[in-house]
Amino acid sequence: MSKENPVKTTVYYSTLTGGRIIPCDNTGSIFAPRRICVITLAGSHPVLQSGKTIKSISYQISTNCSRLQNKVSGKFKRGAQFLTELAPLCKIYCSDGEEYTISSCVRGRLMEVNENILHKPSILQEKPSTEGYIAVVLPKFEESKSVTEGLLTQKEYEEVVVKRLKATTAAS
Amino acid sequence: MFPLTVENKHVAQLLLSTGTCPRCIFRFCGVDFHAPYKLPYKELLSELQKFLKAEEDELVSEIPNPPPKKIRLQEPEDQIDGMDSLSQNGEGKLSVTEDGSSSSKNSNLNVCNVCLGILQDFCEKEFIKKVCQKVEASGFEFTNLVLSVSFPPQLSVREHAAWLLVKQEMGKQSLSLGRNDIVQLKEAYKWITHPLFSEELGVPIDGKSLFEVSVVFAHPETVEDCHFLRAICPDCFKPAKNKQSVFTRMAVMKALNKIKEEDFRKQFPCPPNSPKAVCTVLEIECAHGAVFVAGRYNKYSRNLPQTPWIIDGERKLESSVEELISDHLLKVFKAESFNFSSSGREDVDVRTLGNGRPFAIELVNPHRVHFTSQEIKELQQVNHFMTWKLSCFCNSVTELELLIVFLFLILQKINNSSNKIQVRDLQLVTREAIGHMKEGEEEKTKTYSALIWTNKAIQRKDIEFLDDIKDLKIDQKTPLRVLHRRPLAVRTRIIHSMETCYVDEHHFRLYLKTQAGTYIKEFVHGDFGRTKPNIGSLMDVTADILELDVESVDVDWPPALDD
Repeated sequence: MSKENPVKTTVYYSTLTGGRIIPCDNTGSIFAPRRICVITLAGSHPVLQSGKTIKSISYQISTNCSRLQNKVSGKFKRGAQFLTELAPLCKIYCSDGEEYTISSCVRGRLMEVNENILHKPSILQEKPSTEGYIAVVLPKFEESKSVTEGLLTQKEYEEVVVKRLKATTAAS
Repeated sequence: MFPLTVENKHVAQLLLSTGTCPRCIFRFCGVDFHAPYKLPYKELLSELQKFLKAEEDELVSEIPNPPPKKIRLQEPEDQIDGMDSLSQNGEGKLSVTEDGSSSSKNSNLNVCNVCLGILQDFCEKEFIKKVCQKVEASGFEFTNLVLSVSFPPQLSVREHAAWLLVKQEMGKQSLSLGRNDIVQLKEAYKWITHPLFSEELGVPIDGKSLFEVSVVFAHPETVEDCHFLRAICPDCFKPAKNKQSVFTRMAVMKALNKIKEEDFRKQFPCPPNSPKAVCTVLEIECAHGAVFVAGRYNKYSRNLPQTPWIIDGERKLESSVEELISDHLLKVFKAESFNFSSSGREDVDVRTLGNGRPFAIELVNPHRVHFTSQEIKELQQVNHFMTWKLSCFCNSVTELELLIVFLFLILQKINNSSNKIQVRDLQLVTREAIGHMKEGEEEKTKTYSALIWTNKAIQRKDIEFLDDIKDLKIDQKTPLRVLHRRPLAVRTRIIHSMETCYVDEHHFRLYLKTQAGTYIKEFVHGDFGRTKPNIGSLMDVTADILELDVESVDVDWPPALDD
């Protein structure tokens, strides 16, 4: 399977954190009631399919930029790396040689990346929607409402997945 | 008895002739007892002129009777002469007649060049009456008051100039005059006006009173009198953020202390020149010091925010803890606004049980702080229980006791008006005491009870181990649900002890005692693994929290009131 362009989906509510879960195709976002987005992998992502083993994960996305170096300070989160929708968050290297880049899908300031998955990549596959999250992003206040506009609802997302499946079976 | 002596004559003469009013003259002559200042202005003026003529009079009185008659006959003419002889700006050209009263009609001094009218009309009964009318119209209730007066800064400059002038004159007589020998303008003003205020309003003046009447004077005509000081002492005049003018009284005083006499005299006339107009009254304001009411509240609703929840002008949830408690108090004390603070707080969906959480309300500018026993009787009809209480008081009920009883009744009223919150231990406290409450927020422990759900089926034995865990250290990254408004950080907290209570295969109750500042919800569900360890990780399940109650806030303030 090839890397796919992220198709964003939106929204269902979870009582766990009082938030909304927005799985992206490659990445999912979870909105807490007030703007915070947690980027996670959506169910259909190749890495989450059975048989895949993750060799390693790297937050070094270019020679000059490592997401691990992100430092925020203060209430207004100064110093954060700014992300656009396509900004790469991390690279996942699998044992079968495949390499996947995970994009932000959401515009905003990078709060933190999940270091737990660096030490134990299996968490990403075991608990992709909770402990295996990729990153936390805080959109700009003015953009916090428009962020969801480019994303799909759960239903829409599922339809897209079904369509894709049909397309691949038809082709093969 | 006229307070000036022969020694003061030259100075008094000099000051009067250069346009200074009698009361200011007294001040510069060191008259430091109240009585002379309180005499009416006209009388002071005539007495002063009499005093200044005294030497000549003494000579006259040695001549036998007929000449005085002659002089008296001449009076009408002299009177006219006297009027003519006065120059336009009334610069104290003394009238020739002996009779003090007629001369006072003529030589009505214009605005004093030192006090700009403050110790002329502005300290006399008519003006005080006007101020008192405003005070009465303000709707405040008070049993004493403190008067605060603010004078334009240029008065200090004029005072300084007059002092230099007088010092020089006295030097000629080999007398010295220290700055402290002069009676301060504000002091003299208060000597005169305090009894007038007391008489008009029927209450004493008390420096410790919470009720403040403030009068602010300005003199636009001479506003630039101070400006030369900035050129000479620029570092005294730093621009302050909120103040309109950099020439505050403090700054001007500082510069006057620094400036050399010669430099001052070069820039400012000694004596000061006579202004055309008196001061204007910029404002007359009344304010009452804040009253602090403290207590503890219980919260029984899972749908009530601490503070009003308003987004984009729309109220998302009805009412709030602070409004339910403060509204009654605000009304009863007729305060303009309130500031509510508490020892920590709980989420909208969390109840506060047990002894409740300490809180304090600052009632800003209360218009009422005294309540009559009649009002208390009326309020008590609401609550029969109180009849018994009041009968315990004898006739000599002090005001403080009335207030205590009154607060108790307000408490009852609050508790009767809503079942979402209940208050206890309502009492008056000082501003300093609020520190105790905030102490509690950081340092004291809290106990909670939580209803927990697990994804895996559990048995009693699966949760027993939690009872044995003592002083568990946990690391909590700033929870995602508050990250938008709190800095990102890791907080180490201690879970002192836990007690479990099995409910069924997927539920159990957890009682915990924790350090202040622990996020309980995140300790239960783990917040994406950002709180470690957490109940989920300890039990190797996915756990969620369904209900949370605060069982106790372990702060021993405010003191419990026995019923």
